[in-house]
Order: sequence, then C-alpha cells, then structure tokens
Amino acid sequence: MASSESQDGGSQATEGGGARPDRVPAMQRLLDNPFLLLFLGVVMPTVFYLIWGIMEIIQIPIAK
Amino acid sequence: MSVGALEGALARPEEKYRICGDTGLRVYAKAETLIKVNAVAAVVFLAVGGLFGLLVALTRWPAVHILPAEWFYTALTAHGAAVLLFWIIFFEMAILYFASAILLNCRLAAPKFAWLGFILMIVGSLMATVAVLQGESSVMFTSYVPMKAAPHFYLGIILFAVGALLGCMVFFGTLVIAKEEKTYEGSVPLVTFGAITAAIIAVFTIASGAIILVPTFLWSIGYISHIDTVMYKLVWWAMGHSSQQINVSAHVAVWYAIAALVLGAKPLSEKVSRTAFLLYILFLQLASAHHLLAEPGISSEWKVFNTSYAIYLAVLGSMIHGMSLPGAIEAAQRRRGFNKGVFGWLRQAPWGNPAFSGMFMSLVMFGFLGGISGVVLGTEQINLLMHNTLYVPGHFHATVVAGTTLAFMAVTYLVVPLIFRRELILPAVARWQPYIFGIGVAGISLFMMGAGTLGVSRRHWDITFSDSVFTFDYPGTAFLMMGLNGISAVLAAVGGLMYVVVVVGSILFGKVRDEAAIKANPIVAPGNAVSTYGGEGTLKLPGTIVLVTVFFLAFVLYYFINWKFLSEVWPLS
Ligand code: HEM
Ligand SMILES: [Cu+2]
Repeated sequence: MASSESQDGGSQATEGGGARPDRVPAMQRLLDNPFLLLFLGVVMPTVFYLIWGIMEIIQIPIAK
Repeated sequence: MSVGALEGALARPEEKYRICGDTGLRVYAKAETLIKVNAVAAVVFLAVGGLFGLLVALTRWPAVHILPAEWFYTALTAHGAAVLLFWIIFFEMAILYFASAILLNCRLAAPKFAWLGFILMIVGSLMATVAVLQGESSVMFTSYVPMKAAPHFYLGIILFAVGALLGCMVFFGTLVIAKEEKTYEGSVPLVTFGAITAAIIAVFTIASGAIILVPTFLWSIGYISHIDTVMYKLVWWAMGHSSQQINVSAHVAVWYAIAALVLGAKPLSEKVSRTAFLLYILFLQLASAHHLLAEPGISSEWKVFNTSYAIYLAVLGSMIHGMSLPGAIEAAQRRRGFNKGVFGWLRQAPWGNPAFSGMFMSLVMFGFLGGISGVVLGTEQINLLMHNTLYVPGHFHATVVAGTTLAFMAVTYLVVPLIFRRELILPAVARWQPYIFGIGVAGISLFMMGAGTLGVSRRHWDITFSDSVFTFDYPGTAFLMMGLNGISAVLAAVGGLMYVVVVVGSILFGKVRDEAAIKANPIVAPGNAVSTYGGEGTLKLPGTIVLVTVFFLAFVLYYFINWKFLSEVWPLS
C-alpha cells in the first residue's frame, strides 16, 4: 500500500522514465506549477468577490 | 533559455551553508538569519499585543473594568494590530523562508530584497503602533471609514504590507531557483505546498489592501474628499478576511511539519492533501463576503454564492486536513508500534513535547471551536443572531489564537533548537506552556461566544451602561460570562508569558546545540518525512474515524440548534 502512493506521484523521473514528461497527469502538472496556481488564486476572488461585489454596490440607487 | 547562461546567473557556489545535524538538510546562512530576525520580531509583537489583549479583557470584566473608555479603544486597536498583523505576519515570513530555502535545500533568492522587506515591515509596524499609542488612531482593527486615523497609521500599514509582498516575491523566486538548480526531486514537499498556498493568498490579500488603503491614506491627508463606506468594507475585507486564510494555510502547513518532524508522519495521501490546499486557493478567499452578510445594499445571490456554495468547498478542504492530520499521526504512531486498541496511539503520543501537544490542541480547537462557529457565523440567516456580538471575537480567537497562534508557538519549540541551535531553557515551563495557554484561549473563545449568544456587543466598554442615557439590562449570566472570560484571559496571558520567557531566554541563554547535544537529545524523527514527497497510503485508522464522527455529530447538532434559535427570534404563530 505504502509504496503505491509514492510511485504514482513520487517522482516523474521513475514513473515516466524522465524521457516522457508529457505523461505527467494534468492535475499533477497544475499542482506543480505555483504560478498557474497563483493566477487562479487571484482571479477567482477578484471576479466573484471583488468585481461582482463592486457591480452590486454601484447599482445601489443614490438617495435624493 | 540557454542552460549555461542560467547556470552562470544562478549558481553561487560560494554562498555559505551548513548541513543540519538533526535533519541532514542544507541550511544557507542568509536564509537562516532572515528566519531568525523575522521570528524574533514576531515574538516581540506577540508579547506587546498579548498585554493589550489582557487589558482589554480585564476592562470587559465588569467587576474589574480596568481601563477608562478612551484607553479601551486605543488598547483594543493596539491589540488587534500587534497580534493579528504583526505577530502573525512576521512569523509567516519566517515560515515562507523555512518552507522554501530550508525544505528545498536551496539558497534564498535575492536575500537583499528579503532584508529590504523586513526593514519595511519593521518601520511600518513601528509607525502604525506609534500612531495608535498616540491616541488619535483608535479606529480598531477594521479602521472603517468615515472614522479617520492619523496618516502615519495607514502609511505604516502600507509599508508593512509592501515589505510582506517583497517577502512573498523572494519566496516565489526561491521556488524557481530550487527548480532550476534541481535541489529537490519531483514535487515539492507538502509543507512547502501549504506555504505556496499561503503565499498565493497573501498576494491577493496585499493587492486588495493596497487598493483600499492607499486611497484611505490620501483621504486622511486631504487629497481625496470622500470614500464610500460600503465600498470600503467590501475591498477592506478582501484583505481583512483573506489574511486570515493565509493564517489557516500557514498553520495547516505547520501542523503537517510538526507531525512530520516529531513523529515522522507522512500525509495519508499526498494527492488528497494537495487537492485540499487547491480548494483553499480557489475558494477560501471568497468567504470574505461573510463580513457583509448584514449589509442591506448587496444581493443575497452575491452573499450566498460567496459564503455558501463556494465556501463549503473550502470548508471541505479544511475537513480533509482535519481528517488527514490525525490520520497521519495515527498511521505514524501505529507504524512505530503504538497499536493498542482504538486510541492507544493517541494516549502514547508525546504529550510532554510542547511542539506536539501544542500542535494537537491547535488542531482540535481550530476544528471544534473555530470551524464549527465559523460555519454558523458564515450562514446568511443565522449570522443575524450573532452579528457584531462578542460571539465574533469568540469565534476568531478560536481560529487565530487557538489555531494559528498555538500552532506557531508549538513550532517555535522546534525552530529554537533547529534554527537558533539552542537547547530550551526551563523545559518544565515549556512542557506546561501549551496547556496553560490552550486552556486559557479555549476559555476566552467559549465565554465570549457564550456572552455573544446572550447578545453582548463586541467592542463595548461598559455592559452596565452606567453613564449612558439609554440603558439595557443584560441577564446575570452575561456578567458571569464576562467574568469567566476575564479569568481565562489571565490564564492565557500567563501561558503567553511562559512562551515568551522560554523562547527569548533560550535564544539568549540556552545551551548551544552542538553535535553532542544532537546525539544526546534527538528531536527529529528519522526518515525526513518533512522534506520528501510521499504518503502513508493506509486507511486503517479506527481512532481517526471515531474522532471525525464525533466532530460531525457536534457540527450537525450545533448547526441545527442555531436554526432553532433563529426560529424563536421571530415566532411564526
Ligand atoms: C492573552 C491572549 C488574548 C486575550 C486575553 C485576548 C482578548 C481579547 C478581547 C477581550 C478582545 C475584545 C473583544 C471586544 O471587546 O470586542 C479581543 C479582540 C481582538 N483580538 Fe484578542 N486576545 C488575546 C490574544 C489574541 C491574539 C493572539 C490575536 C491574534 C492572533 C488576537 C486578535 C484579536 C483581534 C483581531 C481582536 C479584534 C480587535 C477589534 O475588534 O478591532 N487576540 N481580544
Ligand atoms: Cu472572515
């Protein structure tokens, strides 16, 4: 059991023989790319929290 | 990119490092010094801020009522800034440098920038603290407009944030160097991944802070005439709440680090734990919206999407860690032969080691006290029951004090021997410290939540309303809660003082931890679980399953009770 975990993700070198890095699963490639994660982590709250929220506040009618 | 050119630019073989006698990791001198200075600054602010916390709690204890009204708000502002901003973020800088340079065996990218960041943070934190203590900036932690603080209050916080941003950039830069120079193999260790999560959230946090605090600063010096209050709240909380999620990610990473260092525990599954961190990256920051649940101008769609649909995915992330951590500890303990019964592994855990006991209490209290109350507060309907009552500080003392602060305290007991290379002085005090502090903090969170349930406001100087035109009679139990809160605060303050004495004393006067001391008193479990990739890969964890079941029952029951309360607020018949 214990070894299966380290095999399937442990190191690309052993699994793909190092020669075929394109065999690395998409999810692992995402998790191994801090800058892609940074992008997602900034865009999500900017869109759903900030931009949407600002749009809501702008739509509040001004009191006369 | 030409590999040769890159090598030339990056390789600095002359940079000084040592091999750690405990972990075998390569420790570069520059990274080590930066970890030290950030940790020391953190502890100093904890000491100062904790003292103000005690004064605030003693003022809110009606029988003691120690500070006059004006000082109360000054002390409250100083407390929030010193602990929640300065203590925690200085410590997080140390964690970022540790999780990148040390765990990846790599030199730190651009140490000069890291120093510049540190200096900006020191200047900024001192500037803001002075502004608060001068008394003209008692705007409390949230600094809502149109309350206006002195310009150097905002400027101080802006400088501090810029410094922290530089620290994050150095962290990301170090990740790049480590990858280029192949100082590690495959994926980064899980603790580093947790730190990446924290740093990502920090970037959004600091950007939001800049968007709102720069105009507010300009407003305080008269360049801008008006700042919309709701807009301020919206953007401010993108910073104010997200920074709490930096804390969560950082302390979860610290939990994994302690479990790995002390017990050799590996996560149950690397994939599952990383996915849980990914859920944090994607969804956790949206929860900022729970601070605007009572705001009339904003739609329920926005509120419910951000605080329910999306945030429950982040809560799921926390629950995964909440199962994965005790699971990892159980698996490691069973591997080490502590196999008796369902809970033998837990009974036989190193309860006398403050790093372990602090970490485990942090985990349990963060989940049971902070997590459950957080979900309740974050639900649009039942939020109304507790909005702006003491329940709110009760909740977040469970998260940022019992959770983050206790976890950071616990890891300090490893940082002192491993990074400062000193033996702990007063080991008996160190052994008791997490318990005293933990019990005190559990008290302040529970009793503040109790008082809040009875309607006692947060940030309120005098619940007897002795000199006000409009009075209100709180039930006797509310007074009891405030008294118990005061007593717990004293206990927590004693625990905090014990921490400061042991840590500062050990750094200054502790025996140097040399080769002989490392042999005589090993503190790191063999196997280097902290800096390698790989999970336990087992699910035979009866103890953890019982713990998780108890947690779910408590959760469901308490959630239900609050809907019941709500139904009684507006009787339908
Ligand atoms: C000895 C330990 C501590 C005690 C006795 C304590 C006590 C208190 C009390 C009584 C309040 C005021 C509640 C109110 O009237 O609204 C408060 C507020 C607060 N505390 Fe603490 N606390 C402690 C440690 C901490 C730590 C370590 C942190 C952060 C990591 C923290 C963060 C805060 C924040 C952010 C506020 C809100 C300030 C505001 O409303 O502007 N506290 N604390
Ligand atoms: Cu929040």
